[in-house]
Amino acid sequence: MSPGPDVIILGAGPAGMAAATRLRDCGVAVTLIDEQPALGGQIWRGIETSHNGPLENALGKDYRAGAGPAAVLRASGAELRLAAQVWQIEEGWRVFVKTGDAVGMVTAPILLLASGAQERPNPFPGWTLPGVVSVGGAQIMLKTSGQVPENPVWVAGSGPLPLLYMTQLLALGGRLAGYLDTAPRENFSKALPHFPAALTGWRDLYKGARWLWQLRRTGIPVISDVAEIEAKGNDRLETIAYRRRGGEWISMPAEVLLAHEGVVPGVHFTLALGCEHDWRDDQLCFAPRLDDWGETSREGLFVAGDGAGIGGAEAARLRGEITAIGIARRLGKSSESEAARLAKSPRRELARALATRPFLDALYRPRPEIFVPAAETVVCRCEEVTAKQILDAARLGGSGPNQVKAFTRAGMGPCQGRQCGYTVSHLLARQQDKSVGDVGFFHIRPPLKPVSLGDLAALHVEESAL
Amino acid sequence: MIASVYDAVVIGGGLHGLSAALHLARGGARVTLLERSWLGRHASGASAAGVRTLGRDFAEVPLALEAMTMWHEISALVGDDCGFHAHGQVRVAENRAELQVLEQRHSALRSLGYDHEEIVDARELKRLLPHVAPHCIGAAVARDNGAADPHRTLRAFRRAAEAAGVTLRENCGVEAIERAGECWRLRTACGVFEAPNLVNAAGAWAGEVAALVGDRIPLGTKASMMIVTERMNPLVKPVVSSVGRPLSLKQTDQGTLLIGGGVQGRFDLKKEEATVDFAALSKAARTVSELFPVVRDVRIVRAWAGLEAKTVDLLPVIGLSPNAPGVAHAFGFSGHGFQLVPVVGAAIAELVLHGGTNRPIAAFDARRLMAKEAAA
Repeated sequence: MSPGPDVIILGAGPAGMAAATRLRDCGVAVTLIDEQPALGGQIWRGIETSHNGPLENALGKDYRAGAGPAAVLRASGAELRLAAQVWQIEEGWRVFVKTGDAVGMVTAPILLLASGAQERPNPFPGWTLPGVVSVGGAQIMLKTSGQVPENPVWVAGSGPLPLLYMTQLLALGGRLAGYLDTAPRENFSKALPHFPAALTGWRDLYKGARWLWQLRRTGIPVISDVAEIEAKGNDRLETIAYRRRGGEWISMPAEVLLAHEGVVPGVHFTLALGCEHDWRDDQLCFAPRLDDWGETSREGLFVAGDGAGIGGAEAARLRGEITAIGIARRLGKSSESEAARLAKSPRRELARALATRPFLDALYRPRPEIFVPAAETVVCRCEEVTAKQILDAARLGGSGPNQVKAFTRAGMGPCQGRQCGYTVSHLLARQQDKSVGDVGFFHIRPPLKPVSLGDLAALHVEESAL
Repeated sequence: MIASVYDAVVIGGGLHGLSAALHLARGGARVTLLERSWLGRHASGASAAGVRTLGRDFAEVPLALEAMTMWHEISALVGDDCGFHAHGQVRVAENRAELQVLEQRHSALRSLGYDHEEIVDARELKRLLPHVAPHCIGAAVARDNGAADPHRTLRAFRRAAEAAGVTLRENCGVEAIERAGECWRLRTACGVFEAPNLVNAAGAWAGEVAALVGDRIPLGTKASMMIVTERMNPLVKPVVSSVGRPLSLKQTDQGTLLIGGGVQGRFDLKKEEATVDFAALSKAARTVSELFPVVRDVRIVRAWAGLEAKTVDLLPVIGLSPNAPGVAHAFGFSGHGFQLVPVVGAAIAELVLHGGTNRPIAAFDARRLMAKEAAA
């Protein structure tokens, strides 16, 4: 058996790639694991197989910027385990991986989680109907196969991603039926005080403004200050309805609806591993508590990238760098003072990359309606549990998320509560007049991803072979 | 600080604590139950909820048979059927030697006058379990056995206890216990309580509680792991176990498979945590996929481990404390306490209210364990 790596990194997006490259520079043995068959993460998905074609042009300059780092990492000597699904992590950092039909385990004294963000759960009446997809899901199809929906699509949501997606969609010849902008109008005045500080990141602001301008120029209906949406249909989406703040319900036919209400750090791994978390009211999410080097409350377990708090691709790359410097220091590859010196410049750049954040967080702060869906709205789609069932269960004496889970089965399905966890916590917080931070989140039970009984049975053989 | 005074304080909000509290309150006592975290947090909420007389230690059989009768009328006790279905329990023999073990046990039971188990051949086994692997040659069966829904059972006992007048207190850990005249005085996270009677149903931490009243009872810990899968087509109706290897398999009303049987996870009693060890859990996955090859592609959705106390002889401690007046113990069920819940609560209530019980609990006296410790 060959000795394991010094560091395992989960996630080959900007953070994981930067960290792996930097650690290799320091002579650290690295294994980088990702679900996708190639490097790039979400933002640079498919970058290694892309050419200079219409798709790459449509995806834009920020996308094409991933090609260089991917090539550098390939040449770095990091062990890459791609198309590999991590389904469980145990203490001592035993990482259980499934690659094709093979299940196995990699161990290392240091684990860096760079597994990014997930779309914020966004339940509304009819969101589980075929024809309703998340913008993130649609963008994955676009990046992997250049696919755009055949029929004109409605986009409903807020944040940079819908704007970016719509720009990319139009560039690839897709058709938009309209954009229901769900960012509350009052956000604007709340964001304004953050604007001067955000000017440091004027390039990002300019990008956003340009997307919006391109969209307006097409003459597609853009309906602002939408407070509520509903999807209706028998077996699939047929109609959408929306209501502007203080306005009446308006319906129209629709075949595809793409919805999105921002992204939140993926905290399932860190929650499952018992790390301390804090409630971030600015981004309305939980995030692992980290020190200056990205280390969690559990020794040897680090987090970099959007999993540490939403900051975008550039911030993720820089956090990857800084964390790698911290890990190299931990491994004795550099002294305390040398690490501090090396981290100086990336820290400065990180501050610049995060300068627009308070402005964007305030501007795209999700409307309150998504956190307290109407009584009959399905909250847990795996187990088909409605908002009303959750509130009823809590009233009957099971006040915390875990008791509600036991009573209603919400969060017990294959997605492990990734789709309903926040909604359940928000519903309980509202009902009990507590903060979401005090209510907490589901206790995350393993495995972190579903694994078959046959796969688990095979693990035994693997281990005895070690 | 002024103490709240009760006739009895139950320590531990698992099913055994709830059952004892319920029976005590029905018997006319003023009862409060103190739970350090939330009701059913550990073994009770993590249970496979098997309702089984099959394969029990002979010492437990009489009590288990009475409990089985109670399970068949569980609605009368707690106003809900607790999701109990009597689809039977089947203990599979994979070879001649295993079948012989079952047959020997069966004739020993017969000679004691028990007829709740029967031996079936390969053909009847195939009828009971159509998907079982063909190498299985027979089984022991208890047809009136089955399984319940643990969360539903918790909810039912909780509601019944409250309806009977029990004051349930969650997030209320006991910090100290001292003698105060004829009473016990408990300092807790939610105030001071006094009562002449205590019930120790503190599960994995029952040894610590016993020590607070002066009983040194050596206990081990179990962190039995469970797997639940995604929903699948009907696979089994009875609960299945195996003679030769640790396994318990059942299919829930939702169609998910619940797989356990005693494979042990890791635990930390101080942190009140049990964690899953997948390398160890793979044994259970291997057993179930060898006995039921059709499940190989079924995905595991969750796994967990529940904490409880185990004794050296794997029999529970049920009875009055040999040292501390008015204290009754009910713990150490060693992985098979769920079925006994209704009857043990009744026995504990008798002990507390009348000072004795006719139920056969002599084998569960704490002194058998304390003597061993003293001798060691």
